[in-house]
Amino acid sequence: MPAEHTVKAFTEDLDKIERSLLEMGGLVEAQIARAVTAVAQRDSESAARIIEQDSEIDRYEQDVQEQVERLFALRQPVAQDLRMTISAIQIAGYLERAGDLAASMARRSIVLCETREVPGLYALPKLGDASHTMLKDALDAYRDRNIDQAKSIRHRDRELDDMYVALCRELLTHMLEDPHRITPGVHLLFVAKNLERIADHATNIAELVDYVTTGTRASEDRPRGRGFLMEGAPSPDDPT
Amino acid sequence: MVNVSALSDPQPKLVARAVSVYYGGKQALFDIDLDIMSREVTAFIGPSGCGKSTFLRCFNRMNDLIDDCRSTGSMLLDGSDIAGPDVDVVQLRMRIGMVFQKPNPFPKSVYDNVAYGPRLHGMAPTRGDLDEIVETSLRRAGIWDEVKDRVDQPGTSLSGGQQQRLCIARAIAVRPDVLLMDEPCSALDPIATATIEELIDELKSEYTIIIVTHNMQQAARVSQKTAFLNLGRLIEFDETQKIFTNPSEPSTQDYITGRFG
Repeated sequence: MPAEHTVKAFTEDLDKIERSLLEMGGLVEAQIARAVTAVAQRDSESAARIIEQDSEIDRYEQDVQEQVERLFALRQPVAQDLRMTISAIQIAGYLERAGDLAASMARRSIVLCETREVPGLYALPKLGDASHTMLKDALDAYRDRNIDQAKSIRHRDRELDDMYVALCRELLTHMLEDPHRITPGVHLLFVAKNLERIADHATNIAELVDYVTTGTRASEDRPRGRGFLMEGAPSPDDPT
Repeated sequence: MVNVSALSDPQPKLVARAVSVYYGGKQALFDIDLDIMSREVTAFIGPSGCGKSTFLRCFNRMNDLIDDCRSTGSMLLDGSDIAGPDVDVVQLRMRIGMVFQKPNPFPKSVYDNVAYGPRLHGMAPTRGDLDEIVETSLRRAGIWDEVKDRVDQPGTSLSGGQQQRLCIARAIAVRPDVLLMDEPCSALDPIATATIEELIDELKSEYTIIIVTHNMQQAARVSQKTAFLNLGRLIEFDETQKIFTNPSEPSTQDYITGRFG
């Protein structure tokens, strides 16, 4: 953070927005980790708590929005302060959606408890861990205004896409082997998709680190996966 | 290094090169290079005492009126020197008008305030011509409807905001190319300020305007280019939008975000 404002309350307001954002991020990270565990360990009680907690995340998003709104009205931020506050609203939005995805995983885990177990899903906790870590690192890069770290996170997105596709293939194999595994398999496909989406939100947050710090948007070419069962589709890297 | 001719191809209206100004032994401006483009609003911002008013006053040689003030470097209007000893300062100030911080109408009628310059410069051969100049100027200054029924009353009887618009009408009555405005709204309430800002926006289609302001939001609202001065030096000059979203210089950023000093 640069020098303090002459009006100290201005600095305090900005700090408070940042704090709320990082607290919100911590909560979302925990929700994701718990949701993955709830799915992997068929723990419906934990899942119920996760679903309950989601409203807390929504409250955080609203709180950040209100703080920014107030700052706009009272202090008319410019330059870095303007970029930071605009980004805060965006990041709160990404986090809120990541939180929703965690809650959605928790809801599916409750249904999964009632269905036949799909054995040996080592790839799921692995994907869960990668996705959770990516969000955590993106928030750390934002907190530290670390452009290099943010860039490396954006490049990690491809790895995660590959893990996601591998998990989907594994699930498909199970479903082909045993029709009783189709219902849990489909739920798990959605869980995998949610984790892949969470990583996308982490990438979005990592992109904002450049904007907040330098005022320019991150615009490097980074490799992107085609997606599950999309081998015949045009690559997202091809010009449209 | 400050980009002196920010993003502009056409010929600048005003050019300052290596301008330094001294008050006695004290140097107030250091080596300023700046191009002012035609029909744009350029804002000078900076903390008190940074030299922005001093610099503004170089453009119509108002500093000549101060005994121990001297300046070096060159100032050009449309490519012609304005700082030289053989320049007719009265003619120069006809082309480069000025509006001050405090509205300062002459102790004369509204009509005579506006007619003063055109009369002095012999711009209106007949009373009809003069009437027309007065009406046009008051209209352009956005005050005609408010004063058309009382042009014979003293200018000082108007409200502060009206007086300031009267002074703008007086300044444009002699058909200048450039309008210098030194804190034109600092003595006005927000509504009168908004009226002046709207007027500045309209006037820029015909005039080149330079405005000195302490109100950074005002600079952001009314200008296309912004120059940030500090301690007598030009720190940064760029598109206003750039200055207020992503300035290049850390000290500009500190100033506009309120972190100065």
